[in-house]
Amino acid sequence: MSKIADAFKNGKAFIPFITAGDQGLDKTKEFILTMERAGADLIEIGIPFSDPIAEGVVIQEADIRALSAGTTTDKVFEMLRNLRRETDMPLVFMTYLNPVFHYGYEKFFSLCEEVNISGIIIPDMPYEEKKECEEQALEHGVEVVSMIAPTSEERIKSIAKEARGFIYVVSSMGVTGIRTEIKTDLKSILAAIKEVTDVPAAIGFGIHSPEQAREMSRIADGVIVGSAIIKLIEQYGENAAPHIEEYVKNMKAAM
Amino acid sequence: MPDSNGRFGQFGGQYVPETLMNELINLEKQYEHYRNDREFNEELNYLMNEYAGRPSGLYFAERMTEDLGGAKVYIKREDLNHTGSHKINNCLGQVLLAKKMGKTRVIAETGAGQHGVATATVAALLNMECEVFMGKKDTERQALNVYRMELLGAKVHAVESGTQVLKDAVNEAMREWSNRVIDTHYVLGSVMGPHPFPMMVRDFQSVISREAREQILEKEGKLPAAVIACVGGGSNAMGMFYNFIPDKEVRLIGCEAAGRGVDTAEHAATMAKGSIGVFHGMKSYFCQNEYGQIDEVYSISAGLDYPGIGPEHAYLRDSGRAEYVSVTDDEAVESFEYLARTEGIICAIESAHAVYHARQLAPKLGKDENIIICLSGRGDKDVAAIARYRGKDIHE
Repeated sequence: MSKIADAFKNGKAFIPFITAGDQGLDKTKEFILTMERAGADLIEIGIPFSDPIAEGVVIQEADIRALSAGTTTDKVFEMLRNLRRETDMPLVFMTYLNPVFHYGYEKFFSLCEEVNISGIIIPDMPYEEKKECEEQALEHGVEVVSMIAPTSEERIKSIAKEARGFIYVVSSMGVTGIRTEIKTDLKSILAAIKEVTDVPAAIGFGIHSPEQAREMSRIADGVIVGSAIIKLIEQYGENAAPHIEEYVKNMKAAM
Repeated sequence: MPDSNGRFGQFGGQYVPETLMNELINLEKQYEHYRNDREFNEELNYLMNEYAGRPSGLYFAERMTEDLGGAKVYIKREDLNHTGSHKINNCLGQVLLAKKMGKTRVIAETGAGQHGVATATVAALLNMECEVFMGKKDTERQALNVYRMELLGAKVHAVESGTQVLKDAVNEAMREWSNRVIDTHYVLGSVMGPHPFPMMVRDFQSVISREAREQILEKEGKLPAAVIACVGGGSNAMGMFYNFIPDKEVRLIGCEAAGRGVDTAEHAATMAKGSIGVFHGMKSYFCQNEYGQIDEVYSISAGLDYPGIGPEHAYLRDSGRAEYVSVTDDEAVESFEYLARTEGIICAIESAHAVYHARQLAPKLGKDENIIICLSGRGDKDVAAIARYRGKDIHE
């Protein structure tokens, strides 16, 4: 069983996201351990990118803060080496294709293997382009997470059939960020996915409240939250840990 | 070209979020249909000729030729099109296509404002809602163009994210497109972005070389030794090159912006200094750092101030068919002034990059040869900035 599958075996999975290097990489490590303690099942670690076209303002600004503080891909791997002395929880990366491409697929994914990164989400690498690096990722035990959007329609089945790790169901049109209302017919998307695969499906984009987490966890195998956590970090800076802990606990409890 | 996967060799592709994929596939299908549709082509030709003023002239620059003492210099006058640049060719094509596809709203990115103005113009003509994304810094530098777009009925968004220039405007337009694909078409302004944009924009711009090839054969009875165009994303250059690609004896030369010099940190010389990457939906060359973060680039010309280049250019360069040179701010400004004095033409500062290289090349060629400069736009928009460059404090 893959590490990602582990994250889904004890009920619904809560999957928080954090931008690496926002408030410094030592803080990233602290926040990851805090989220694990608070009940996170799988954590998405964002490698910051200069031009994150799938992100709303909150995560864009976290990327800028992290890059301005001197965060690099090498330093993220170094932080993970330290982190791995303290936890073996399932972790995945979330980043854009260019930082991975430029680093070199072989070098990047072999380092992922070394620090036990189980998957990668690359929003600008759709189904048609996954041959770009899926094979090299798999050779190092890294599963490329497929995304399904409200506009995917007849593509849902082809994407789901080849999916590995988990499926990232994008709840809404547009970019990441907190939304008060999610209008997409997620039930029928999830039903179409479940017809062709047993790979777990988690919903992300726009989710921030325990009520939403509860509602989403009824139809999906997991819930992904990014911007709401980044907002806490933006607000409380280096002292965000207790706030993150309380938030993650509440979200997990609601599911 | 491109192949069935939207690739020019290894370059191109469709590196966009899943939310946009079905729309790109739909666009590809619809474009494939309408490009072969007689009615669509008749309408487009009508607008190109009657509204935009095509065909544009191929002008023999006699004084410049005498002064340089080598090959005859011809100038393809895209600056005389309606709205003052080649951008209208692509906008007429794309907005008409969007209308046929049943879209009611178009969005666009713009740097200096040329593409934004052209999109707003055609949107007004075809009665479409229009919103333009422009980096906040550019809205300040080109305030007149912002007002122009507003006069044309467009809404202009000053983009405050990132570095607040052209690449950030593209980011924001892509974000907005993924937010509202159903009724909205994204009129990308250059031969860049995900397939089918590089192909489609090239096709709409290829009218430049279709005309120029006929015109030069008529005037000179022979093909040019070289065609020269400026490149940012590369749309006027692709338009100027396209119909000459099979004519192996014609050199295709793109002039990119070296800003304060390719060995300084302030340039936009993607071909000279960039490396292969994946950004804005395409695999191509980009100015980026050792970790694949996209660089902030610089040129006096807002239209060339882009950290990437269209994938077909990347292919033409790597296959040896086209060559790319870098031209500094100083060289471009001096050529801007030269063309004004010598031929009485105030050209866009973008186009002045191509003028500079033509001045280097012409004297090296025989008098029986000829070269063509693509004059992508007129320079009214740049006059105040050039005055400031020369130390005269003029504001629009």
